[in-house]
Amino acid sequence: MIEQIDLTMVNWARATFALTAMYHWIFVPLTLGLSFICAFFESIYVKTGDEQWKKLTRFWMTLFGINFAIGVATGIILEFEFGTNWSNYSWMVGDIFGAPLAIEGLAAFFLEATFFAVMFFGWNRVSKKAHLFATWMVAVGSNLSAVWILIANGWMQNPVGMKFNPDLARFEMTDFGALVFSPVAISHFVHVTSSAFLYASLFVVAVSSWYLLKKRHIQFAKRSLTVACTFGLLASLFVAYTGDEHAYHAANVQPMKLAAMEGLYDGEAPAGLVAAGLLNFSKKPGDDEDSFIFKVKIPMVLSLLANRDINSFVPGINDLVYGNTAENIMGVEEKMVRGKLAVAGLGDYKAAQNVGDQLAASKALTLFEKNSDYLGYGYLDSAEQAVPYVPLIFYSFRVMVGLGTFFIFLFAAYLYLLYKDQLEKQPLLLKLGAFSFFLGLVAHEAGWIVTEVGRQPWAIQDLLPVTIARSNLDAGTVEVTFFMFLILFTALLIAELKIMTKQISIGPEGD
Amino acid sequence: MFKNAFYLYYDGFRSMVVGRTLWKIIFIKLFIMFAILKLFFFPDFLATNFATDAERADHVLNNLTRPSSGNH
Repeated sequence: MIEQIDLTMVNWARATFALTAMYHWIFVPLTLGLSFICAFFESIYVKTGDEQWKKLTRFWMTLFGINFAIGVATGIILEFEFGTNWSNYSWMVGDIFGAPLAIEGLAAFFLEATFFAVMFFGWNRVSKKAHLFATWMVAVGSNLSAVWILIANGWMQNPVGMKFNPDLARFEMTDFGALVFSPVAISHFVHVTSSAFLYASLFVVAVSSWYLLKKRHIQFAKRSLTVACTFGLLASLFVAYTGDEHAYHAANVQPMKLAAMEGLYDGEAPAGLVAAGLLNFSKKPGDDEDSFIFKVKIPMVLSLLANRDINSFVPGINDLVYGNTAENIMGVEEKMVRGKLAVAGLGDYKAAQNVGDQLAASKALTLFEKNSDYLGYGYLDSAEQAVPYVPLIFYSFRVMVGLGTFFIFLFAAYLYLLYKDQLEKQPLLLKLGAFSFFLGLVAHEAGWIVTEVGRQPWAIQDLLPVTIARSNLDAGTVEVTFFMFLILFTALLIAELKIMTKQISIGPEGD
Repeated sequence: MFKNAFYLYYDGFRSMVVGRTLWKIIFIKLFIMFAILKLFFFPDFLATNFATDAERADHVLNNLTRPSSGNH
């Protein structure tokens, strides 16, 4: 693969965004989930009055604070990149993107920040109930931030509620409700936040398992595990359910992403789900090669997943690229023709406006609006450019689902053994539990790879490919920032690991 | 009420232990991000290179209607 990498500005910009987003996503889901876990712990303390639960809460809150401090503002880098590396995109979607990000800053951040101080500084200054309220507000506030950023990302996957202004080259919001209540945005949000709850539960499992292996803070560890594994089991089941919903919506608005997730080149009815398989890496759209070297397929399940109909047709990459008249599927080739008409119409409209020819401008605008749904396709050089990198999406999807399934059994096993009071006698399981936090990170990042690599080449699905979304910058400039961020974020990660492991080794008595 | 709020923060910051290290990291990180990265490496491309919104719109429209190749 390395020899195929095209070292151009757009690819360095994509790599930089992927690097910073993946680093950001190491810290954020721990904040989202651990905030609620701390709220649960403190609720038990307030209900029971047991000071051991207070000590437990304060310990996990310290770890929450460490992660929060290291992770805070890592997301701002992504916004820097919008303005510098993706200026065309920023200009065009500012009206749409800006609203959710502004609400995130004004509402969610302020809510979180206000109660954050009470949560950390207010233990002996406010009443138990007031402090508990503050802890819950921090949890709610941090998850509210996630709502708005995921609404913004959901809009990129399924652009709705807007109209393109050809005079300003901007998408202008026409329906805020469509943006906020987009089924894609909602399924995106619930899937991502529930996966964050799962991830944070794995963090508690990992630390507590380590304490049990070292035969330290045993009662503390068992109490933490009981709450975290219950939360984690519920979260992991909800992740599976919302993942199904998410894939259903992807099938409807991003069929190419679903086809790539399955390595499906030729559509089928009914379509089976590939549980596992080895892809043929030399397979290309339109050729006669087999897409798999071997595969294990579950009949009809993909049709059920994609369309809620076990006998339904699920299009493959070839159907989407070259069209399928029997299934009423317009291929990319035809979309490119319409897209180029939209681009031409836009260009003619601009030229006519410049010379004041209103009649020509009106004709050009009609041509543009008739084909504007396919605008993005007008920038493709070949139909095959609409296909994302299948192997990365295919294997990332299986890693995510496989690990997600494993976590359900892990939490269930922990809960059963806690109930039987046998957990301390299972060193192998405890070691697996300790390692599972890393597996949770792998599953998380794999999920983002599926959703973001799966939408390539689009910055905005169907409307703006990444090659047009980028700024006109020299590739070398972006390359320098890529390595700067690599160094900065690695340093932050090392700092977090050092401070966190030190605090964990001190344990709750050190609080 | 304002006095209580003030002393919440004042006493809270003074009594920090782990928090002192974390705040140092936060300040260093924010300094690097805003005083170095943003200033020297992440200018707003359109705000820096064009004076008015009309010019920015024109630039983007040029990119949309006469796109260059993705390769440099």
